[in-house]
Amino acid sequence: MEAHIYIRTMTKEEVLSYLPYSKPFLFVDTLEYIDENSVKGSYTFDKDLVFYNGHFINNPVTPGVILTETMAQIGLACLGIYLLKDTIQQQQPGIALTSSEVSYYLPVYPGEVVNVVANKVYFRFGKLKCQVALWNEAGQLVCDGTLAGMIITDKK
Amino acid sequence: MEPSIFIEQIREIVKPYAKNSDALATMNVSTDFINDLKINSANLVDVVLDVEEKYDIVIQNEEMERMLNVQAAMDIVTTKLKEK
Repeated sequence: MEAHIYIRTMTKEEVLSYLPYSKPFLFVDTLEYIDENSVKGSYTFDKDLVFYNGHFINNPVTPGVILTETMAQIGLACLGIYLLKDTIQQQQPGIALTSSEVSYYLPVYPGEVVNVVANKVYFRFGKLKCQVALWNEAGQLVCDGTLAGMIITDKK
Repeated sequence: MEPSIFIEQIREIVKPYAKNSDALATMNVSTDFINDLKINSANLVDVVLDVEEKYDIVIQNEEMERMLNVQAAMDIVTTKLKEK
């Protein structure tokens, strides 16, 4: 097809390439689905991640704040990048978590795979608010809640 | 719209987000949402969304950028209500 399409959507791989994180603080492996209203992604918690040494002593459990971060990276950062589309071609966007309200139901141990689903509540004036949930590989709900962040692109 | 009426209505809207209760109590047309009420920029988005809902109007990006104090909010809302 030769038609020129000026408004295009990002691929899942392109979205990941714009994430402003790297190891040991990247908590997204793959995106299974993304559109303007929702995103689904997954991450495997490597048993060698540094925080397992101290949380807890002789009893490694993924910290709740890391589960929140995982939901934020998939639900806010990935979806925010997708929503900004072509306006961020030149640079990585700034992302600031601005509020979180999360409930936790089950622990996540080293080596576990988790799946995150986020549904957009709104994206207005640079603020993205999402309902998010994280499931373990057995399909059990681990945590859920509401996250919001500001997605900032420099207008320079 | 009477400024005193608008101030009372906007006070109810900003109450959950304002971190400076003294400035909230003494709110007037020159009260600045960020500098006086200590509302952060993310919560200011929610203030604007609540204003949209309260007055059944739609605020544009450039209006949001101007909506930094009570006077500016009142001017924008008044203009929008006249257009309806």
